[in-house]
Amino acid sequence: MPSGSGRSSGSDRSHGPGWGRPDRRQVLLGLPVTLALAAAGFGPMPLALAAPAAPGARRLVVVILRGAMDGLAAVAPYGDPDYREQRGPLALAGPGGDGGVLDLDGRFGLHPALAPLHDFYRNGTFAVIHAVASPYRGRSHFDGQDVLEDGYGAARAVVSGTGDSGWLNRALGLLPPGRSWPESRPGLAIGQTVPLMLRGTVPVGSWAPAALPVPGPGLLDRLAGLYRGDPVLASALEEGLRSEVFADAALAAAPEPVPAPEPVPAPASVMAPVAGMPPAAATAPRPGNRFPDLTAVLARFLNPDTGPQVAVMELGGWDTHTGQGTVRGRLADALGLLAEGLAAFARTLAPTVWRRTAVLVVTEFGRTVAANGTGGTDHGTGGCAFLLGGAVAGGRVLADWPGLARPALFEGRDLMPTLDLRAVIKGVLRDHLGLATAGLDAMVFPDSGAVSPVPGLIRT
Amino acid sequence: MSPAAFIAASRFGLGVRAGEAAADDPRGWLKAQLAGEAVVPAGFSGLPAGRELVVRLVQAQEAGREARQGRTPVPGGFGPVAGGPAPLLPPRSSVPADAEEGAEAPLAPPPLTLPSGTAVLASPPAGPARGPAPGGMPALAGFQDPRKLFQREMRDLYLREAGARLGAMIATDQPFRERLVMFWSNHFTVSVQRPVVAGLVGSFEREAIRPHVTGRFEDLLRAAIRHPAMLLYLDNARSIGPNSRAGQRNRRGLNENLAREVLELHTLGVAGGYGQDDVRAFAAILTGWSVPGSRDAGLDAGTGGFVFRPVAHEPGDKTLLGRRYPEAGEAEGLAALAALARHPATAHHLATKMARHFIADEPPPAAVARLERAFLDSDGDLGHLARVLIESPEAWAGPQAKIKTPQELMVSALRVTGAGWPADRLVGQLRQLGQMPFAAPSPAGWPDDAGHWIGPEAMMRRIAWCSLAGHRLAALIRPADLLEAAIGPVARPETREAVLQAPSAAEAVTLVLASPEFQRR
Repeated sequence: MPSGSGRSSGSDRSHGPGWGRPDRRQVLLGLPVTLALAAAGFGPMPLALAAPAAPGARRLVVVILRGAMDGLAAVAPYGDPDYREQRGPLALAGPGGDGGVLDLDGRFGLHPALAPLHDFYRNGTFAVIHAVASPYRGRSHFDGQDVLEDGYGAARAVVSGTGDSGWLNRALGLLPPGRSWPESRPGLAIGQTVPLMLRGTVPVGSWAPAALPVPGPGLLDRLAGLYRGDPVLASALEEGLRSEVFADAALAAAPEPVPAPEPVPAPASVMAPVAGMPPAAATAPRPGNRFPDLTAVLARFLNPDTGPQVAVMELGGWDTHTGQGTVRGRLADALGLLAEGLAAFARTLAPTVWRRTAVLVVTEFGRTVAANGTGGTDHGTGGCAFLLGGAVAGGRVLADWPGLARPALFEGRDLMPTLDLRAVIKGVLRDHLGLATAGLDAMVFPDSGAVSPVPGLIRT
Repeated sequence: MSPAAFIAASRFGLGVRAGEAAADDPRGWLKAQLAGEAVVPAGFSGLPAGRELVVRLVQAQEAGREARQGRTPVPGGFGPVAGGPAPLLPPRSSVPADAEEGAEAPLAPPPLTLPSGTAVLASPPAGPARGPAPGGMPALAGFQDPRKLFQREMRDLYLREAGARLGAMIATDQPFRERLVMFWSNHFTVSVQRPVVAGLVGSFEREAIRPHVTGRFEDLLRAAIRHPAMLLYLDNARSIGPNSRAGQRNRRGLNENLAREVLELHTLGVAGGYGQDDVRAFAAILTGWSVPGSRDAGLDAGTGGFVFRPVAHEPGDKTLLGRRYPEAGEAEGLAALAALARHPATAHHLATKMARHFIADEPPPAAVARLERAFLDSDGDLGHLARVLIESPEAWAGPQAKIKTPQELMVSALRVTGAGWPADRLVGQLRQLGQMPFAAPSPAGWPDDAGHWIGPEAMMRRIAWCSLAGHRLAALIRPADLLEAAIGPVARPETREAVLQAPSAAEAVTLVLASPEFQRR
């Protein structure tokens, strides 16, 4: 297997000439496809590596948990007097005991499967935002995800199809000028498809490790010509090539140097490098497809200055209508995978990049407070979101806690949301990426002027 | 081939088939497919029935449960082993069968994923499936975990089913009917993303979808919702009325998953005017709709693998969408489905989806309105709906508005070249293209819009697949012939020129397959 790329170019010898591992840097950065695309009206494309335009640029990663994560299980309000009765068989034991939650602040505790995140909490780089929800108040996954991603608010038409663009793409459009990404775009989706959140008029890339061999540059060049009259295919090909070239370069790059001591001390179990040993990702011959594999790849993409500034990932498996479990079970498995992936991301990210990175973890809505009849939970409303990263002012749980007493529940069954998720996102976009509030109010989340950014989420 | 014949073949059908004469009367050709008897694809013979599978699945679950309790399976039975470890859990006999049937899949087969970098799945067995013989557990030589055996067998069965379905799509001479199967199967998605149904997805499509695509929507809806695959996939098999006898005994209760998705996805649509109270009421109506367990000897499992379990049914009257459903056991659900199948919101929802599939991602309102009216006027006659679609001018107009899904791309490429590829390879390739058969990411099914299917990474994979196919298919067909057969009526001069000037036959074939004209329909 050639090292570097996730694609198995060159692995299938039956293809004959043209199927050797093409130098894809040449394909884009120099050459016929580039010229063809430029000639096709795609605007000027940099033909040489410009000097990194944004050294030290901040990084924002959004992880979308599809299927509605049970926020009351992920971060249990074990100090709430009604918690145990309301959660019934799904209640977790208090801190200290076998299988008990990991205490955060005397009120809330992390699910034991999220143990790796507890280390980040203790060193101040992990924050929980609880009793939060998008403006969506229905209980459809698909509608809820659209609202979460398109950012148009609850008033958007819910009839059919999806919006034309997502809030993160519109945010990219507001990034300060002067930053150009010669190799990658400022936005990247890890996965085969670009989530709605990142779709829109600003071109973005997407990448995932694939097993299909990449065709040679001659063919791609001819196809670029054929796609000239088809903007949908043409822009996808252009961005695909760009992502491919960038990913190859980033994965082939020398491993990051052993991290320097952190100003913000990293938790020993997760962050500290073993002396003389390269980071884990550098020893992996090629990326796999598990979430932790993909988060580690993303970290390697974010490490170079030429890397994307904003990235999106997705993780499913949260729709726990049955067999949700407590310490073990479907939800614990999903939480464990999430924590493992986030820890792998942090471990692979260069310390200098970690310091200017924030990861925002969101889901479409929460789940019912009470267990349903089949050992699971049904679609709810309020839930929790996470912030992780060296740029995050963490080590705390942000919650205007409504309580779990029955009268306090939303529609008698769900955690009452007391914070608009858009306020959290706006706080991150303003304080982390430096976007102006006016743009956030009007463009990123239209008609959201009444939703003020949450201050203080990001270290300054 | 006339432009209309090309549209009939590519937009309504699954692509031009090698050696097939162009239809002189494209509309008539399509209608004839609806009028004739549905041909059961040859590859379906010998595939097991859903009823048989679900019985064995429950047996395997129970065997696994016993094994987990420390009662190691022994040849010929599952009694406790003397001297074995003590059970970790109370004996199951203290728990009524009603509450336990269909318990969440201890038998989840290993995820149907491939090691990254593997383009093909392992070949399915050449002979009869490994593992237990139908109807009972195998005679085991030494210890073998019965769940593992069953999982492996279900994985093999999944590959056979996926292969048979792909084969049917590639070979059919009723491609419009086959596309309707694909459309309705996606509408009523059952996905191996819940591994418990991995062995059942094929039987679901064969038994619940196929027989009804030109029949009445109410029949299709009822068949889909009552099939054991759906009852397991959306958890209704375990949903129990809290005030039913089983609910009272076990403090178990409703699971509203199926009820919600029937309203949101299968019938009314998300804007169809229902509320949370309706979801709960419908979930209560559907309690007792389940799959047969080993202790259901007294219940009539019919022929489809459905049982109604009165002991789990929520007693009392229910109100759904303003209509009162007096306590009537199983009949409540049938009445509710009948009402939902005729609801105006259902008509609008289905008409929109159908127009989106056959006309454009943003379907013309006039076409939607026409289909909606046709649905209501015909009391949900899906054959009539398909004929109205054939007569809709929007479906025959304009450019190729729809991007092919990966599966459509693959099937149309193999139809036009007449190539035969091992089905397990095709399944592996489809996984790489993001559309492994029967594996939609959610109950909403595969998206039906270009925004989902055409992204940067997806585009690169499509081209990579076309190149792979081009190199394999170049030996079967001359590029110039392929050009005419595959895209002749719509080929642009630049595409013709690029194909004819390609440096190799393989690249020429690749260019035809990757051309915008072939990527669209």
